[in-house]
Formats: sequence, C-alpha cells, structure tokens
Amino acid sequence: MIHIENLTKQYKDICAVDQINFDIHKGEVLGLLGPNGAGKTTTLRMLTGFLRPTAGTIRVKGFTIAENPLEIKKLLGYLPESAPLYHDMIVYDYLDFVANIREIDGNEKLKRIKYLADLCGLNDVMHQPIGELSKGFKQRVGLAHAMMSDPEILVLDEPTSGLDPNQIIEIREIIKRIGKEKTVILSTHILSEVEAACDRVVIIKQGKIIADGSLETLKQSAGRKNRINILLLNSDYESVKKELGSIEGVEEVQMETNNEGVLQASVICRPSADLRGDIYRKIKETEWILIELYQETQTLENIFRELTTEN
Amino acid sequence: MRQVIHIFIKEFRGYFVTPIAYIVISIFLIVTGWFFFSTFFLFNQASLRNFFDLLPLIFSFIIPAVTMRLFSEELNVGSYEILLTLPVTYHDVILGKFIAAVAFVAAMLAPTLAYPISISFLGNLDWGPVAGGYIGAIFLGASYAAVGLLASSLTRNQIIAFIIGTAICISLTLIDKMLFFLPRTLLPFLEYLGADFHFQNISKGIIDSRDLLYFLSIIFISLYGTHLALQEKN
Repeated sequence: MIHIENLTKQYKDICAVDQINFDIHKGEVLGLLGPNGAGKTTTLRMLTGFLRPTAGTIRVKGFTIAENPLEIKKLLGYLPESAPLYHDMIVYDYLDFVANIREIDGNEKLKRIKYLADLCGLNDVMHQPIGELSKGFKQRVGLAHAMMSDPEILVLDEPTSGLDPNQIIEIREIIKRIGKEKTVILSTHILSEVEAACDRVVIIKQGKIIADGSLETLKQSAGRKNRINILLLNSDYESVKKELGSIEGVEEVQMETNNEGVLQASVICRPSADLRGDIYRKIKETEWILIELYQETQTLENIFRELTTEN
Repeated sequence: MRQVIHIFIKEFRGYFVTPIAYIVISIFLIVTGWFFFSTFFLFNQASLRNFFDLLPLIFSFIIPAVTMRLFSEELNVGSYEILLTLPVTYHDVILGKFIAAVAFVAAMLAPTLAYPISISFLGNLDWGPVAGGYIGAIFLGASYAAVGLLASSLTRNQIIAFIIGTAICISLTLIDKMLFFLPRTLLPFLEYLGADFHFQNISKGIIDSRDLLYFLSIIFISLYGTHLALQEKN
C-alpha cells in the first residue's frame, strides 16, 4: 500500500532521515518507535506531503508524493504532533471546515460530524473554541479531523502524548477499532502503546531503521537468554550459587542485592529452556525460604533499550 | 477552486469571530472620518478628494495589520501543518487568504460610502471621481493586502510581519514624493513604481489600463513571492 524507498531528509547540517526503506501493507497497524529526535516526525511529515524529501520516493497506492501530492493527501488522514488546530474556531465550525475541504456535502457531512463527535467523545465541547479546550480534547478533535474523510490510511503522530491514563486508554481503543479496517501508522515513544495496538514495529534511531518486524519476531530475534529472578530469605549467595549453578541448563547465577537477609539473585538460563520447576525443586531441598520467583519476559522495553542505547 | 472558496470563507469569518475586525474597522473609520471632515468644511467643496488623498497612507498602516496574522499565526501555532496536509495546494491556500483580506478591505470601505452620500445632500457631488476612487481603493487595498500576505509568510512573528508589511507599503506610497533627491533620469521610472501616483490617477475618475496593470503586477509579484516563501519552508 505504501512503499518508501531511500527516503532522506537533510537539514542544513544534520541528516534527520537517512535512506530509509519500508513497506506498509493494507490493514496493518504500524508503530514507529524511536528516541527523541530520531526522525519519526520528519518521516511522517514527508509521508503526508508536508515536507519535501531531499531524496527518495514515497509511493502510496501507485501515486508518488512528488507527482500527485493531492491524490495522496486525499487518501491520508493525518494528526500532527500535539494537534496544532485553529484556536479561534469552535469545534463544530472546525470540523465543518475540514468536511468542506474534504468535499463531503450536505446530509452526509452532518452525519459524519455527528458520528465522529460520538466516536471521539466531543459532544459536550462542540460549541467551545478549540483554544479553550484541554489538551486531551484538542487531541480528540485532531483525531476527528484525521478521520473526517474515512481515510484508508491514518497517520498519527504521538496521538496519546499529554493525555491522562483514562484518555490514553480511550484513544488506544479508538485506534484499535480503526485498525481493524484501516491502515494505521502511529509514532510514539510510549512502548506499552505499541504493544497494545500495533501489529508491526519499526524502530528508528538517528534517521536509520534499526529494527523492523512484528513484535514476536523482534522479541525472538533479540535472542536474549532467559532470566529467572528469585528472592530468598535465610540463605547466602555462595551456597545459592553452588546449588542452583548445578542445575542443568543454568549458565550463570548473579547476585543482585542482599539486604537485611533478603537475597535477590537472577539465574541466567540457556535460551528456550524453562527451568522454573527445576529451580523450585532445588530450593525445596534446602532450608531457604522462597518468597518470589519469576521469569523475566523479553519486553519491548528491553528490546528498545538494547537497540537504541548501544553504539 | 472549491477549496479556495472554503478557505476564503474560513478566513473571512475568522476576522469577525475575534475582535480584530471590529477594532481595525473602528480605527480606520475614526482616522479617515477625522482627517476628512476636520478640513472638509474649510475647503467648502463637495468632493472626496481629501479622503482619497489620505487613503494610501492610512492603508499602509491598516492593511498590514489586517494581513499580519494570515500566515504568521498559522506558522506559530503549527496549524499550517494541518492546513497543508489537507487536500489543498499552495495556490488554494494563498488565493483563499488573499481574497479574504481583499473582502475585508471592501467591508472596511463599505461604511465610508456614507461620506459621499451625505455630501451629495450638501452640494453637487460629481460621482465619476467617487466611483473611480472606490475602484482604485479596492485595487490599492488588494495590492497592499498581497504585500502584507507576503510579509506574513516570511516570519512566524506577527509583529515582524506587520513591520515588514508597513515598511513596504509606506515605501510604495511615498516613493514618488521623494523624487527631488534623485537624478532626473530616474524620475519616470520611480514615479511609475509609486502606488500613490497610480491611485491618484484612478481616483480622478480616469481608469487607465497602465494604472490597473501596475496594481495587478504588484499583486502578482507579491503572491508569487508568497508562494516561493512557503515552498522554501519545507
């Protein structure tokens, strides 16, 4: 559906986006991740035709940004970062204006505005100036703006930034609902959001793609060893190391902390081995008191940290 | 074309939902009314000569104030990004905003029609120069609006936009009055550049294509410059 090739954006002395390539398929919810200043927003701005790429092509359904920007803009709904809307206009007038520009007429326009007001929870603020709304409501107006033409592709730049937890969950629900039928591209640095809503993740760092795949493949390819954390009372590190180290499949026992008789240790195991049962059985044989035992799952957070902090 | 109309309607209404329109129109009417009528009875002539003489200078201040927000505010708030990612072209945006500014100038001039109407009761008013004056005023206003739009597209600070716009408009107004400093060979050329010179021709009631061409070229050059300035931004 969207084909991005060698996309580059060069500002005076920095290269914000450096030759990135990826495809986005129909019906996909793609999460664009990256630390601050990685080039997420710049990429989205080029995709939506706001910025002109220094080099490279963007093809949306056979149209290119360079030749048919208008056709692409018609296919896209875009919510820019922090929803910079017209502050003087009241919400209804604004949505009406967007509907007019999107060439939605008469009855259909009223129906559409009403539907979006219900979907985004705007009914109570329809007649307030946008400038007087709280950030969360502005974000919702922005979302309604982006969905006005029922676009095939929805581009959302940090849709949940600055919202309270309830609003975040609401907006995430909306995104999930839309994502069932539409192609959604979502940039964020909130990782739980990606885990909650996205099928596929692209991680960008300093303008380059450093990871691209589904959450599952990313977790697997990160290939970290299984780590089991235990909390013990009535024990000492030396004996724990000796006893647990003897279990087949354990590669290393690390002591994390040892406070007031509580020993926290992590057992590093071979990949794809689940040794929780063996460890429990071993501990049962001793006088130690087990107060906690859990296997650390490979979270997106870990993957993200690993990929974006290494040099 | 439809997009131009929608942007025009939005911008034109935008003037009237904030106090800007009312303040600017009031100031304009007070200033023109005062300067015009304070000497009107001394001359004892049923003409609007004085009113039209003043107009270019007053427009040089008022119109950049009207146009300063058109792009600067959008650039500052960031709504420019929203506007440009809607299915519109640069032309739609520039023309829509320009027409809105011209319509605003017309709305500002409309109440001054009370002057010729009330004067026509006092004496024998020649309507030819009055009609010419209003046509000229629209052209002059449109040219200054285009200049103001260009100034607004150059910066995200409305005050700077206002100062740039005023500086250009005042130069255009006064350039033909500064001519005695300059070599004689440059005279016709510089006189042609002066907006006031062309406006006074029209407001005498003589509508000459050269004068109209002058205003149209100012409008075209300014709007084209706006287009370039906006394109340069991304």
